[in-house]
Amino acid sequence: MTLKYLLQKEFLQISRDKTILKMIVALPVIQLLILPWAATFEQHNIALSVVDRDHSTYSQVLIQKIVSSGFFLLTDYSNSYDKAIQSIERNESDLLLEIPPEFENNFVREQKTDLMISVNAVNGQKAGLGSSYLAQIIGEYNKDIVINHSPEAITTFKNIESDFYFKYNQEMNYLNYMVPGVLVMLLTLVGGMLSALNIVKEKEIGTIEQINVTPVSKGTFILAKLIPFWVIGLFILSIGMLIAWIIYGLVPAGSFFTIYLFAFVYLVAFSGLGLLISTYSNTQQQAMFVAYFLLIIFFLLSGLFTPISSMPNWVQIVTRFNPVRYFIEVIRLVYMKGASLTYILPQLGCILAFAVVFNTWAIVNYKKTS
Amino acid sequence: MNIVIQTENLSKYFGDFLAVDNISFEVAKGEIFGFLGANGAGKTTAMRMLCGLLSPSSGKGIVAGFDISKQANDVKKNIGYMSQKFSLYEDLTVKENLRLFGGIYAMRVKDIQSKTLKVCKDLDLNYAKDLLVGSLPLGVKQKLSFATAIFHHPQIVFLDEPTGGVDPVARRKFWEMIYQASQQGITAFVTTHYMDEAEYCQRVSIMVDGRIEALDTPNNLRKALDAQNMDEVFHALARKAQRS
Repeated sequence: MTLKYLLQKEFLQISRDKTILKMIVALPVIQLLILPWAATFEQHNIALSVVDRDHSTYSQVLIQKIVSSGFFLLTDYSNSYDKAIQSIERNESDLLLEIPPEFENNFVREQKTDLMISVNAVNGQKAGLGSSYLAQIIGEYNKDIVINHSPEAITTFKNIESDFYFKYNQEMNYLNYMVPGVLVMLLTLVGGMLSALNIVKEKEIGTIEQINVTPVSKGTFILAKLIPFWVIGLFILSIGMLIAWIIYGLVPAGSFFTIYLFAFVYLVAFSGLGLLISTYSNTQQQAMFVAYFLLIIFFLLSGLFTPISSMPNWVQIVTRFNPVRYFIEVIRLVYMKGASLTYILPQLGCILAFAVVFNTWAIVNYKKTS
Repeated sequence: MNIVIQTENLSKYFGDFLAVDNISFEVAKGEIFGFLGANGAGKTTAMRMLCGLLSPSSGKGIVAGFDISKQANDVKKNIGYMSQKFSLYEDLTVKENLRLFGGIYAMRVKDIQSKTLKVCKDLDLNYAKDLLVGSLPLGVKQKLSFATAIFHHPQIVFLDEPTGGVDPVARRKFWEMIYQASQQGITAFVTTHYMDEAEYCQRVSIMVDGRIEALDTPNNLRKALDAQNMDEVFHALARKAQRS
């Protein structure tokens, strides 16, 4: 059994590589502790300048309501528009809310009044979310006043989009969404990057020459190279799920079996990609560069950070050729919806296809080049 | 005479470039055969074909009784190889390297263990058994490479410039190891750039521009070319080279 000896060699080598060992433990911990928070879609601490030219009870209540929502920081409060706009220009404020004179009077007498919001759109996401939060709060405020004045008006009140945003943005909700996605990132790094580097390393230092003159078949050699990364990958996934449970209290609603099965096929696919990269590279530097290039594209097109449904149509088609996308979809379904194996079969089929294509291509190319 | 390497009109093209041009020769069992030539003369290509790493463009080669183009895997089972660049695993210990290569050649666990003890004793490596190979000095690494190449007692061992970069005393000792292996019936097929080492070979071939220009014992070659030593023989022949 030459495979046994080769596996023994691989595990010995990995166990002596202190950097890799530390990474195997540190990678899931650091990524899971920090990334989900960095990748939040929620905006807190939006700096708000208020120009209050009414100084009425109504305007005070409105400002109170905005500040107590927790999303905004009041950076300045003045009665001059010019002063407030300067604070936006100095990048101290993201939003400017102007309450006109006679705000309360108009509201009470004519049931109608205006507010003006100016947005600093340099940071587009912050601007978009900030203004919609603000509009949302103002809408609620509006509704409160109408109901207070004439409770019967509630039936004719048409502003029904109100509650939607708040539900979506409930505290911690995005963590449920991000943490499983980060688990996929971990597996991708181990499966694709480490395996590519490991094989090229043998080419670079020349040890592969000594193996090539022995009767070891290429298939056995490759298998011995990939198996350790499958094992490490599943190990890291387990640590990752443990951390997700301890720190975030997240447990998959679906079965662990579905996750592990999918993760295994996914690892086979990505180690195949790593192998493929290594057949085209002669140095670790080349392999690293290519792997890095692909992984960035894969992550950005995976739906991990931005929803695929909001991408342009042609980009959505491109994402179908991205294996990361399928696992992100599946792990979120399993974690949050408790999707069963039969439910995710289409995605499993896609990953299986990737695994077959990458590995076949890699093996054909590996044979050709040596 | 028992022939272990036999080639007939062996050639290798890389595109239009004829790296090895119709070489035919035979090497006997237990012989120490020097395979000489200037850089780029085609030695390495010829050796890679004999090891089953490259398939010939034309011609025939039989190594250890197997056809190099059709039975490369059987050839590999019966040869050992030591490359000019050190290529054992530096992050494994002496024992682990021997165990790995013994295992690859399907040796029995018991044999691997007993032979490891013997090799470490013969090479004065008892102190280094459990040291990482990367921490050993170059001279020791090369002895270990050779010991690993013949660990499974192959019929032939191919040595590609095995003594590059080591001192004369260590080279001398290295050649003693080659002689010992030869006495145990292991054929040594050696390339080298040191002409004093060529004198140690029983027969020597000199390649020029992909062809074998001369093949005989060092003694006969000196006589035929009226030379004082192998250095002069080499210069007389290599001067004819058209490509370089």
